Order: sequence, then C-alpha cells, then structure tokens
Amino acid sequence: MTPDTTATADAGAPILELRGIRKSYGIGTPVETEVLHGIDLTLGEHEFVALTGPSGSGKSTLLNLIGLLETPTQGALRIAGDETTVLDDAALTRLRGRAIGFVFQFHHLLPAFSALENVMMPAIIHQGIATDEATARAEELLAAVGLAGAGHKKPGELSGGMQQRVAIARALSTHPRLLLADEPTGNLDTKTADDIFELMRHFNREQGSACLIVTHDPRLAARCDRVIELVDGRLTA
Amino acid sequence: MARLIRPGPLHLPFEWLVALRFLREGRMQTFLILAGVTGGVAVVIFLTQLINQLQGTIIDKVLGSQAHVVIKPLDDLTRRALPADAPVAATVQPRAQRLRPLDQWEAVARLAEATPNVVAVSPVASGPAFAIRGGANKSVALIGMIPEQYRRVVKMDDYMTQGRFDVSGTNALIGVDLAKDLGVGLGDKLRVLAADGRDETLTVTGLFDMGSRDINRRWVFITLKLAQTLLDLPGSVSNIDLTVTDIFVADQVAARLGNQTGLTVESWMLTNSGLLTALTNQSVSNNLIRTFVILIVALGISSVLVVSVVQKQKEIGILRAMGTSRQRILTVFLLQGGIVGAIGSVAGTALAFGLLHLFSHIYKAPDGSQLFSAQLDPMLALAACGLATAVGVAAAALPARRASRLDPVQAIRV
Ligand SMILES: Nc1ncnc2c1ncn2[C@@H]1O[C@H](COP(=O)(O)OP(=O)(O)O)[C@@H](O)[C@H]1O
Ligand SMILES: [Mg+2]
Repeated sequence: MTPDTTATADAGAPILELRGIRKSYGIGTPVETEVLHGIDLTLGEHEFVALTGPSGSGKSTLLNLIGLLETPTQGALRIAGDETTVLDDAALTRLRGRAIGFVFQFHHLLPAFSALENVMMPAIIHQGIATDEATARAEELLAAVGLAGAGHKKPGELSGGMQQRVAIARALSTHPRLLLADEPTGNLDTKTADDIFELMRHFNREQGSACLIVTHDPRLAARCDRVIELVDGRLTA
Repeated sequence: MARLIRPGPLHLPFEWLVALRFLREGRMQTFLILAGVTGGVAVVIFLTQLINQLQGTIIDKVLGSQAHVVIKPLDDLTRRALPADAPVAATVQPRAQRLRPLDQWEAVARLAEATPNVVAVSPVASGPAFAIRGGANKSVALIGMIPEQYRRVVKMDDYMTQGRFDVSGTNALIGVDLAKDLGVGLGDKLRVLAADGRDETLTVTGLFDMGSRDINRRWVFITLKLAQTLLDLPGSVSNIDLTVTDIFVADQVAARLGNQTGLTVESWMLTNSGLLTALTNQSVSNNLIRTFVILIVALGISSVLVVSVVQKQKEIGILRAMGTSRQRILTVFLLQGGIVGAIGSVAGTALAFGLLHLFSHIYKAPDGSQLFSAQLDPMLALAACGLATAVGVAAAALPARRASRLDPVQAIRV
C-alpha cells in the first residue's frame, strides 16, 4: 500500500504532486545508484506533513527534488498543477523563488548579512531591490519568531535556536505556498526544537503554507497532520 | 509601530548589495586585489605620463627649429638624364655655386595646402652668404621667408629674445651668437655678401635664440623677396616647409607629395631616423611593460576571486536556493571585479599623481629646470580607470562563470 492517497483532497487542491519519481546518481558511471525508486506523493494545500525514515533513505534527496534544486531522473513533479520537469534552469529558479521556502538543518544563513537582511533576502531577490514593504514584512516576521530586537545582529552573534528562527522567518518572507524543512530541529535541544516546531505549525495555520518537514523525532511527527515514511528510497505507510 | 527602516546599502539593487557585501566580508583578499590594481594603475599612468612628457620634450626640442616635412628640388645628378654617348667630362661639369630653384613653387604650395593633415605651408629661399661688420666676416645662411607663414612651421615667436618675429624691406633677424660675434645689437647695420658679388646692407630688428649654437651663429632671417634677389632665385624658392597635424604621419604626407610632384620630399622622420628609432623602441618597451602589468593585475584579480568563489560556495548555494538565477550570480562576481578595478584605479591615479609630483622635484634637468611636470593628462587618467574597470570585469569572468555553474545542492548538503 502506498501512503499516497487522494483522501488528502479534502485538505484543498494539491500544491504538490509526485508521480513515479526516480532519482539516480552517477549516471553512466560504474557507481550509478538509484536513490529513489518511484515515489508517488500528493500534498494538499495547507497540509502539514512529517517525512521520517532512517538516515540515508533519501529524505534530503526527495526534498531537494521537490524544492527544484535537483531534477528527477524519471517521473512527473507538479507544483500547484504545473509540470516542472519540462522547465529549464531559469524557470525552475523563478518558480523556486516564488513558491517555495526552505529551512535547512544547519540554518544556512548568509553570514555577511544581518538577521533582518537575511530575512529580506528572498524578497530582495524576487524584486531586485529592497523595498520598505519588504523591510516591514521582515521586521514583522522577526517579531513573530521572537527576535524583534535582533534584526541588526549577524548570524554569528546568534544562538543555534535563534539562527533557526531567523531561517524560518526567511523561508516565509515571500509567502511561499510550500515550506520545506530538512531536519530543522535536528541539532537543537528538545525545548528549542519544540519551539521551532510550534513556530512552523503556527505559520502553517496563520498563513496557510503547506509544510513538508523531515524529522526523526516521533513526538514531533505525531503532532503533524500526516506522517509518511521513506525506507530505502520507497515510501511506506 | 515604529519602523526601523534605514536607507543606505540595503537599497541597492540585489547584485550590487551582494557584490559589495562579499567584498567587504573578504577583507584581506579585497585589500590585496585593491592594492594590486592601485599599484598596477599607478605604474601604467606614471610610466605613460613620464614617457609621453619626455618624448614630447625631446620632439619639441628637435622639431622646434625644423619643419615636419620639407619639399626640395630633385638632386641634380638624379634628374639630369644624359645622352648615353655624352662625353664623361660633361657629367662632372659643375654648376658652380648655383642654387637649385624650386620652379613653379606656388603650384606645389597649393597642392601641399590641399593635402590632408597639412596645417601650414611656408616657402623658403635660403642660401649661403657672408655677414660683414667692420673687420669681422662670418659665414651665414640667409633664410628668406614670409613671417606669417614661417611662424606656423617654426615657433619663432617663442625664440625671440629681442624684437618681434617680423621682417620687411631690408630688415633682418639674427641669432644671439652672431650678434655677439659681430658686436651688433638692435638697430645696427650689417652688410651681407652673397655669390657673384650681390650684396645688401641690412638693419638688425630682432635677435633670436633657437637653442642651438650653430643656428644662432648662422641663420639670418630676411624677407623672401630680398633673399630671392640676393641668392639669384628670381621668382622661385629653394624649399617649401610644411607642418602636419600629427608628427607621426609626416612620412605618409611626404610620400604622398613625393609621388604627386616628383620632387624630393623629406619628413623629419627620415632626417632624424636615429631619434625616431629610439622613440619607437621606448614606446615598444613601455607598451610591453604596460601589457605585463595589466596581465599580472588581471591574473591577481582572477585568482583571488577564484578562491573567493570556493569560499562562498555555501552562500552561493543558499542564494540559488532562494531563487537567484545563474545570470545574477554571474553578475555579482563580474561586479566585484569591476568595483575593485574602479576603486583601485582611482586610488592608482592618485598614487601616480603623487609619484609624478615627487619625481618632478627629485629629477631635474642639468640647468635646474623641471624635466617633466607633475601634470596628469585627464584623458589618460580616465582611460586608465576605464581600462582597469574593464580588466577587472574581464578578470572576474572566469571565477564568475564558475560561481554561476555551482550546483546549489552540493553547497547545501552538509
Ligand atoms: N550527489 C550524490 N551523489 C551520489 N550519491 C548521493 C548524492 N547525494 C546523496 N547520495 C546518496 O543518496 C542516498 C540518500 O541520501 P539522502 O537523501 O541524503 O538521505 P537522508 O537525507 O535520508 O539521510 C545516500 O546513500 C547518499 O549517499
Ligand atoms: Mg538528510
């Protein structure tokens, strides 16, 4: 049985649809390996889904495919109904900037920019220049993640939990319809991890962004709308 | 709610914002390439300015008393076609003391005036004579010319120590050394004796110093008409002097006029071929040095930016993941090269100016005058800055391409 069901349709029109997605690395070389063996997955709008699975099962690979950072070797990948496998790099980049927000395990903030600038960056990229509107939105987001006074600080001056909050604020700065988080709480203590998780849950409710969160923590997974598990490149129930 | 909206760097376009921030973040590297560009631009400007000025001084000295192009009659020997059976004695029959006139010189002068790049045409009738004053007797060269035209070929007005550069009637201008030798001054009379006993008493109305002892001793300027009479050149001249727009096209002008008239047309480049070779060699070595300096600076910018791309791999990946196109990553790095080139070249221009100032005080001509001035040709400075900026952008091309082709996933995967 595949975990993909049409039963999610009641959560809204699918923001994400994967059909028979395969991903191989080292194609044409002796070390060619298939990491994902035909993934079918649908994510409804506003859904909050946990993706679990053992290390090396292909979770990050799947997330990077959905995030349009990599292209599948085979299969169909639709975002908001648009097929993405036919798009070129420039079009993928545009779609990524417009529709998707990322939160990585190791926050990946830009060290040369202040927290506020980091949060504004997706908007600056999108609009080509910083606007007062983007600044206001970034300040609101920073306040919402509890960092109202820390906008001027560089990432290096913030704790791990604070950095991850900035990363979440940044991922939400362009109102993405899909938020992807790869082990966002992986290297945080339990208390901070709970806070970060709650924050994403909050934005999911408030702003309606669909969320796909990779996590190893069964406690957090249990608090999601749905849990899907990846084992050896295949989704199991 | 009080908004914390600051103006300033955040309000730059994305590419500028990121390029400037990356440069600021890479302190030591940025400083190093800035220093490299500054030094390179300073060397190029300093060297160019120095050599241009020195060459200008030398050329001015040489061409100050000499026409760029001179039209003369053909050599007699080459012109005179002898019958094959003519007795040998006839070929060596000299036309003793007879000056070779330039016939129909007005037509030649008109042709020269109509030639591209020619800015001044001055007919000259010149020949040998003796200047006599009391018991003293000096061998001189009579130079008959039209002052309005001659001064456009040789800057005589700059050389006059007394009187104006103008002659009429039997007035004459002589060199300061001849004046001393003969003991004459302004208003004094001077008798000149040319071939076949033709003579005239001249009134000295001006003294000149053309910077050459030989000229100051020998040249005597008189009217063209008087020279024609004294030298037995009725209605004709001995040569036509020309000034051209660019001294380095003199040989082309000479070749063209030579072909058209069949006369002997010589450019200063032919008569001073040794100097020309020296100047050319100097220019070639200057160009070589400049080329190497530019190459080294370009390589420096390139290698530092390549390192920077490797160091910024993660940031580039993050920017790409947030929706930055390859093109814009490319622009960010090209901009860094351009910014470093532009800022470095402004600093380099200032440094070159300082060096010129310093050297103009340290190195002086034997007589204590400045060998060169601390002046900076604004066009040269502008060209150097433009070139440095372009070189910066070009040098950044390779690292920028590398940056734009980075796989964002590789940068983000831990
Ligand atoms: N660029 C790559 N080239 C080759 N193999 C890769 C590459 N990226 C990931 N893999 C392999 O794919 C498998 C899944 O990796 P990943 O998606 O990171 O798993 P997870 O995130 O679930 O731990 C691993 O065996 C990993 O070695
Ligand atoms: Mg992973």
